[in-house]
Amino acid sequence: MTRTVLNSRKITQRTAFTFLGLATVITVTPVLFIIIYTITKGAGAITWDFLIQFPSQAGREGGILPAIIGTFYLMIGTLVFALPIGVLAGIYLTEYARDNWLTRLINLAIVNLAGVPSIVFGLFGLSVFVLTFHFGLSLLAASLTLAAQALAMVITTSREAILAVPREFREGSLAIGVTKWQTVRHIVLPQAMPGIITGAVLAISRAAGETAPILVVGAAFLLPKLPQSPLDQFMALPYYLYTVATQVPNMPEGTIWGIALVLLIVVLSFDVLAAAIRIKTRQRK
Amino acid sequence: MNIKLNVPDISARPTDKCVTKLKAERVNLYYGSFQCLRNITLDIPSCSITAIIGPSGCGKSSLLRLFNRMNDLIHGVRVEGNVELDGTPIYDPKIDVAELRKRVGMVFQKPNPFPMSVFENVAYGPKRHGIKSRGELEEIVEKSLRHAALWDEVKDKLSQSGLSISGGQQQRLCIARVLAVEPEVILMDEPCSALDPVATLKIEDLMRSLAEDYTIIIVTHNMQQAARVSDTAAFMMMEPDRAGVLVEYGPTAQLFTNPKDKRTEDYITGRFG
Amino acid sequence: MLQQDIAQAAAKVTNKGLRRRLRLGERVIEGWIFLAGMLAIVVLLGIIFILLKEGLPIFANTPPWEFFFGTHWYPVSDPPTFGIAAFFVSTLWVTLISTAVAVPLGVACAAYLSEVAPSKVSETIKPIIEILAGIPSVMMGFIGLALLSPFVQSLFHLNTGLCGLTAAIMLSMMSLPIIVSVSEDAMHAVPKEFKEASYALGATKWETIWHVCIPSALSGITAAIMLGVGRAIGETMTVLMVAGGALAVPASPTDPMTTMTSAIASGIGNAVRGGLQYQALFAVGLILFILTLAVNIIAERVLERQKRKFAR
Ligand SMILES: Nc1ncnc2c1ncn2[C@@H]1O[C@H](COP(=O)(O)OP(=O)(O)OP(=O)(O)O)[C@@H](O)[C@H]1O
Ligand SMILES: [Mg+2]
Repeated sequence: MTRTVLNSRKITQRTAFTFLGLATVITVTPVLFIIIYTITKGAGAITWDFLIQFPSQAGREGGILPAIIGTFYLMIGTLVFALPIGVLAGIYLTEYARDNWLTRLINLAIVNLAGVPSIVFGLFGLSVFVLTFHFGLSLLAASLTLAAQALAMVITTSREAILAVPREFREGSLAIGVTKWQTVRHIVLPQAMPGIITGAVLAISRAAGETAPILVVGAAFLLPKLPQSPLDQFMALPYYLYTVATQVPNMPEGTIWGIALVLLIVVLSFDVLAAAIRIKTRQRK
Repeated sequence: MNIKLNVPDISARPTDKCVTKLKAERVNLYYGSFQCLRNITLDIPSCSITAIIGPSGCGKSSLLRLFNRMNDLIHGVRVEGNVELDGTPIYDPKIDVAELRKRVGMVFQKPNPFPMSVFENVAYGPKRHGIKSRGELEEIVEKSLRHAALWDEVKDKLSQSGLSISGGQQQRLCIARVLAVEPEVILMDEPCSALDPVATLKIEDLMRSLAEDYTIIIVTHNMQQAARVSDTAAFMMMEPDRAGVLVEYGPTAQLFTNPKDKRTEDYITGRFG
Repeated sequence: MLQQDIAQAAAKVTNKGLRRRLRLGERVIEGWIFLAGMLAIVVLLGIIFILLKEGLPIFANTPPWEFFFGTHWYPVSDPPTFGIAAFFVSTLWVTLISTAVAVPLGVACAAYLSEVAPSKVSETIKPIIEILAGIPSVMMGFIGLALLSPFVQSLFHLNTGLCGLTAAIMLSMMSLPIIVSVSEDAMHAVPKEFKEASYALGATKWETIWHVCIPSALSGITAAIMLGVGRAIGETMTVLMVAGGALAVPASPTDPMTTMTSAIASGIGNAVRGGLQYQALFAVGLILFILTLAVNIIAERVLERQKRKFAR
């Protein structure tokens, strides 16, 4: 009698674990499938010419150089605006802010900012940067929009990295008459740097793949030349992929997969870089 | 041997042992609504070692941190009464806390060298205070390390990480780091509690030699240590509401051999809880 | 005596040095630090302000009742009609289905990773799931378009595979990483003593997971679900590319549809600033913002509660 109960419990457990394992397989398989499939379908399209030529025939022939360059500019632009502000804000929250209503309000704003849909950031950027500030449909407006979106993430990761610096280091510096800012500058920031860089890398990887906001603030499908100034219009990889995949008839399938693969490589290589920095600094400690 | 560097105005340095370097008058210290120190009054003589002893939690560290305003870092701290350095009230809003801490340096319980080289650890303070020339920095680092009785042990590893040397060496490195900014007072909060007996003796010797030029205040749990190194001793205790008070204060020899207060006697003879 | 006087006088001289320094450079930098700290609030308030300013005027043209419940979206007919019921229903369908798919999968996967799998296995699988979080949404849209939609079409014998269901399946994949990681954290936070007590009573590992781990982690799992829902509501590109784009109120998930996000994305390019369509799309953005804000605040609250529950 007890034996059968025991057995049935064992069987229940085995069945349950099988389902849990199955769920994990179902979660993981598509990722591997997507990556492997994209590589096999897209690798053939990626040649040197594909990377350094302008598109022709509405993208059916030629390369994707301007889209790559545009995405590169966008990443730089996002970094230039989001990183310093995000780090300074992280410093404010960890080193200067007191535990009061204002600080709680800032934290509330950060949490909620992180959840705002990207398309809403697009509307914000359109109304503020494109129209009100008259930056037009430009690299500058798009960078600012993506930076606004990246802000919450950069602040959060900077804050965590700065918080992880032991208090003893700060005290050792303050105790010999070094001012607060100098302590932050010369002790805290160097220590927090790997964490901050990890956050920044993740943020620009996100910016590289983001499509909805730049669709609203005016990425172009095709342009005859590269942007010459921040106020010029631009092409970008994700928007280019969107357009050729949905709006260009008779687009060679291999080319689309090639574009997708390039985008995937750009985005994921930054993610891998971030992970590598994280692992490296963890080992050093 | 002249061990001081760049002393800008030699006459400004009080030389007589009887001068009062630090003074606390009727000081109350609160953490939020909790009173940690009650009605503390004491004068710390210059160029000597003052030991603060007492049971755990009676507020020794808090009293120590009163003198370089490290308490300011704690949210909700409040200080009443008067604290003076060379006759200047240091809780005056016109006081520059960084300047104060430059003159009243501090060494902590756990050695806390910065995660940089031995050299950079010592050069850090002078650099922040505006010394740029490499030669001058090298000179300061060597003098400070010699002064901290560490030079011979680390002169070949100046570029190694400050965290790679032994615990006792780390603590002396921290002392050298303080010496490098030429303070007048050095506060030490249980500087030997994380060290082995040999390292402890080295630090004690070092303190005695530093006492010729610096005013040193040390918090310690170790009665023998207090008796060995200090010239003056302060005994603190907690009142029933956990506020710390100063029970007895006087020359070390007297406090240990002939205490005036019954509670002091109980404590130093080990009859206390 | 005289010596002491001299010493005291000399000390007074040095103490001039204790006077507060201006340190202008540092004050300026600290000013910037403060401003940067405020920026998160400024941006969030800026977003709210812009959405209200650009979106609210539509209600002068279309009363809220008609706007929310109207089933016709004809922005360029004369006179134009703005009813967003179809978008709202589409968002609802897509979100519900993707959540229904992702939550059981995600929670089961989290339970497997944190309680069942040997640590070697879970350390290998977790980075793979993180990669999923990093795949751009336009890429997921393209995958849905190229690979999933033909499959869905033939499976359900549809006219087109571009429909709400396809979008929902892609979305469920995209919300899986956050659901897995937040649920896993929640299960990790369950104190060991709880589990040990359960084992001590003779419970099997599975019984412990089912009766102890999942119930104790329930608020964390709820937060994970809310975050997944927020992600699904706000996702744009995938839906824009694979949901089909029909403007009618969808009767079933296998109909082509347009969600609130894809309505904005596909319409904003043709909208003139201050025009009615522009206002209407900002109003849709406002509703999206409010929905995701609510979902986020709930998630945050629940997570806080979870943290306090096991705080010691
Ligand atoms: N940051 C703080 N906030 C609130 N209370 C504090 C804080 N720091 C110390 N206290 C309290 O003040 C009292 C004195 O603390 P303090 O660290 O000065 O004692 P101590 O004599 O140095 O003890 P120990 O010998 O253990 O180092 C203790 O009751 C302690 O709990
Ligand atoms: Mg103490």
